[in-house]
Amino acid sequence: MLLKPQGKDLKIIGYYLGKIFIGIGLFMLLPIFTCILFKEINPLFDFASGMCVTLILGLLLNLLCKTDDEPNWMHGLIVVSLSWLGASLLGAIPLYLSGHWQSYLDAVFDAMSGFATTGLALVQDLDHLSFGHNLWRHLIMFLGGQGIIVFALSFLVRGFAGAFKMYVGEAREERVLPNVIGTARFIWILSIVYLIFGTLILGGVAILEGMKPARAFFHSACIFMAAFDTGGFSPQSQNILYYHSFPFEIVTIVFMILGALNFKLHYALWTGNRREIRRNIESVTFFITLMITFFIVARGLVKSHTYPTYFALFRKGFYQLISAHTGTGFMNIYAAQFIKEWATLALLGIVMAMSLGGSSCSTTGGIKILRIGIVGKAFLQDIKKIILPESTVTQEKFHHIKDVILEDKQVRAALLILVSYLGLYFLGALIGCALGYPFLEALFESTSAAANVGLSCGITRVSMPGVLKLTYIFQMWIGRLEFMSIFTLLGFLVAWIKGRR
Amino acid sequence: MIKNFGICIAILLLGFWVWDASYAQPLTVHQLIENAYEYDNQTVIFQGEAIGEIMVRGDFAWVNLHDGEKALGIWMPKEMVKEIHYLGSYKAKGDILEVAGIFHRRCLEHGADMDIHAQAIRKIQAGYAINETADPNKRKITLILVGVLCLTLILQILKKK
Repeated sequence: MLLKPQGKDLKIIGYYLGKIFIGIGLFMLLPIFTCILFKEINPLFDFASGMCVTLILGLLLNLLCKTDDEPNWMHGLIVVSLSWLGASLLGAIPLYLSGHWQSYLDAVFDAMSGFATTGLALVQDLDHLSFGHNLWRHLIMFLGGQGIIVFALSFLVRGFAGAFKMYVGEAREERVLPNVIGTARFIWILSIVYLIFGTLILGGVAILEGMKPARAFFHSACIFMAAFDTGGFSPQSQNILYYHSFPFEIVTIVFMILGALNFKLHYALWTGNRREIRRNIESVTFFITLMITFFIVARGLVKSHTYPTYFALFRKGFYQLISAHTGTGFMNIYAAQFIKEWATLALLGIVMAMSLGGSSCSTTGGIKILRIGIVGKAFLQDIKKIILPESTVTQEKFHHIKDVILEDKQVRAALLILVSYLGLYFLGALIGCALGYPFLEALFESTSAAANVGLSCGITRVSMPGVLKLTYIFQMWIGRLEFMSIFTLLGFLVAWIKGRR
Repeated sequence: MIKNFGICIAILLLGFWVWDASYAQPLTVHQLIENAYEYDNQTVIFQGEAIGEIMVRGDFAWVNLHDGEKALGIWMPKEMVKEIHYLGSYKAKGDILEVAGIFHRRCLEHGADMDIHAQAIRKIQAGYAINETADPNKRKITLILVGVLCLTLILQILKKK
């Protein structure tokens, strides 16, 4: 029997939602400082307005829903799903006010794309966008990559019993440190340290490649955030193609891979356990899937004679592949070139890589390679069972920071998410086809949105139907949070309508 | 005989005129991508606003030109960039340039980038600095919202007391 949620439930959800909105509002101070620094007057008003609306809403929710009750699993998951939706709706306000987005829906699309670290964009005239707005586009990727809840747990909320429930709701099942607040803070410290070094390295390369220091470091900070958080936005409309630089591309490849690694693996490496990278099921699976998909992409490109030399094939083919597999979405070709010049086989390789994603507990989206590794191990175990004598007891193990015995419940959980993602990819493709797009293109774009990648073959543009924009927004949201939080929210709404008092 | 020869000359001239006209018209990035095989290694005319920055590499430089829909990288000798004074950004409208050069679908010199190697450039329209003035409506809305935020904060403080 479904029970109608009580006022107490709403208060708990509203209270924690309010705290997160306050955090997002305060985060807008960073672009405000940027606008002051670069003397951008109207963008300053845009962000001041956006910040005021966000803070007012957050404070009112805090005021009206003040409670000392601890959130349970349902509350935690609903807070997560609503905070991501709310963040996109509120984060879109300064974007829309800039006049560079044709409608509020387009601004929400880009804000969700940013928070979910997707990278699909509907911005107009990006090359004339202010520093403040450009920084905000990349900051929301940085915030979303690490996690909005991780941000709130790190800086805004003192330790409370419901912290872990919210942390899990944000598609992070693993803790780096025993304490969830400690884990959240570690993720942020690691990301900020990488941000500083990454910006310096990329900035140095950009200066050597002919950019002026101020713009070089601004671009580098933005590109680092987009690479490490596997987002894929860029300050210029040509994306990575703007820089015409192989060294710049090589450095971004390193940052994309770093972003796709599990934070637990980063911790192991930081604490001197370098062997972990060779033994971990995720790094091993990532290497194998990368090689398989690269073989497919390379075969397709060689067959269609798209690139004349192996160097060109590596620079374009491998770059797009690593961008797809890590879920970043950086592009060093034009979107239309995928369809005009790439063979179907190569496109399928890219779609496969996009669908897989990077590590769990990282900034990537998609199915995640830990699940692929687990399903692969289970598959091997079943084959062994068939081959070996019936009396033999087989036990499959995998190494993920420590040795873990493979259990049925892990396989079931991995398969459940895998099937859900495949369903989500095909749902988007189906809607795309229904709106008149060819199947492969619709599948490409849908997978890119749902796996939070951001590569585009040209469908994502201002003129695409509103239904498709809403579909991709939904896919980015549900894909980033890995279903459970959104399903809980839907269940809550059903209980609200149909439940008994 | 003379009549036939005359017709042939006329057809040739017409063909040359059509060919010349098709390449004299500035092309867009969209047209270049759509017909990349046809224009590959051909001399084309491209027109667009210089954006971002000039990235000097040795004796050459990269300048990205935006045709209003998409931007394309132009590889040109360093001397040519002296023509460019404004580059499109939030604070400036860039110079509008017309470039005649060789289009490459996959440039071998530049890692298979799609680009144009400029042979000549011409400034069609000079760019200018944009003097930003505060939008009175934005200022008004911001002030109202700051007022509401202050009231909410006062309410919060009163409730805590």
